[in-house]
Amino acid sequence: MKRKKKWYDYLWIASLTYLILGFFNILFAWLGLFCFFIPLAIAVIKGNKAYCNKYCGRGQLFSLVGGRFGLSRKKDIPGWIRSGYFRYGFLIFFFVMFFLMLWNTWLVFAGAKNLGAVVTLLWTFKLPWHWAYHGTLFSDGVAQFAFGFYSVMLTSTVLGFLTMALFKPRSWCVYCPMGTMTQLICKAKNVTTSQKQ
Amino acid sequence: MAKKKAAVSIRECVACGCCIKVCPRNTITVPNGIHAVINRELCIGCGKCVKECPASIISLEVTE
Repeated sequence: MKRKKKWYDYLWIASLTYLILGFFNILFAWLGLFCFFIPLAIAVIKGNKAYCNKYCGRGQLFSLVGGRFGLSRKKDIPGWIRSGYFRYGFLIFFFVMFFLMLWNTWLVFAGAKNLGAVVTLLWTFKLPWHWAYHGTLFSDGVAQFAFGFYSVMLTSTVLGFLTMALFKPRSWCVYCPMGTMTQLICKAKNVTTSQKQ
Repeated sequence: MAKKKAAVSIRECVACGCCIKVCPRNTITVPNGIHAVINRELCIGCGKCVKECPASIISLEVTE
């Protein structure tokens, strides 16, 4: 019995488009905030992980490339990656790096630092990205956030593709910080609702 | 003959829902976003979810 495709089964196109747009105009990186706020809103309001389960375009992209295109070894992920220590540790690390990025953005907004037209891959490698910057109508901080946010998105995509190739297609889902965070919210929400009953 | 059914290690499940999409009998749900739940009455033990699970925490267990 083959499941009929729904509109949300094509959200991988949106994810792919997002990554491509970042090569042409970095300001499109702001659109990535949807991937942050929608899963959080669903978890907080509805108390489930419908975003991961249905709508995550990035997960679909890994499924497609690793599954249908066969670019995955389809091996088991090492136990330590799926352990709580690693998942929560990675979430904290991700948070810290995210706030550092926000701090950098603030410094540019405040005029204490010049705009750095670079995309930092894997929190280490600074890739020149000036060709995707054509000026901004607002403060340079707007562009700085775009560079920083696109760095986060590109880094997680690269990590996702790496673990897709090494292990199973959607290995990223195992340690995805958004997935870990939304699961934590759902767990917390479940505890509070069961206490109320 | 012994039947096999899928079983989830709920402690390790990340609730990603990859298993939901591949189940040919729609027996899997992720209620409240905490972990996957398999309706064992409907499960035919095909093992598709076992293969798909990115965390490899679903296994086939002999039930009878």
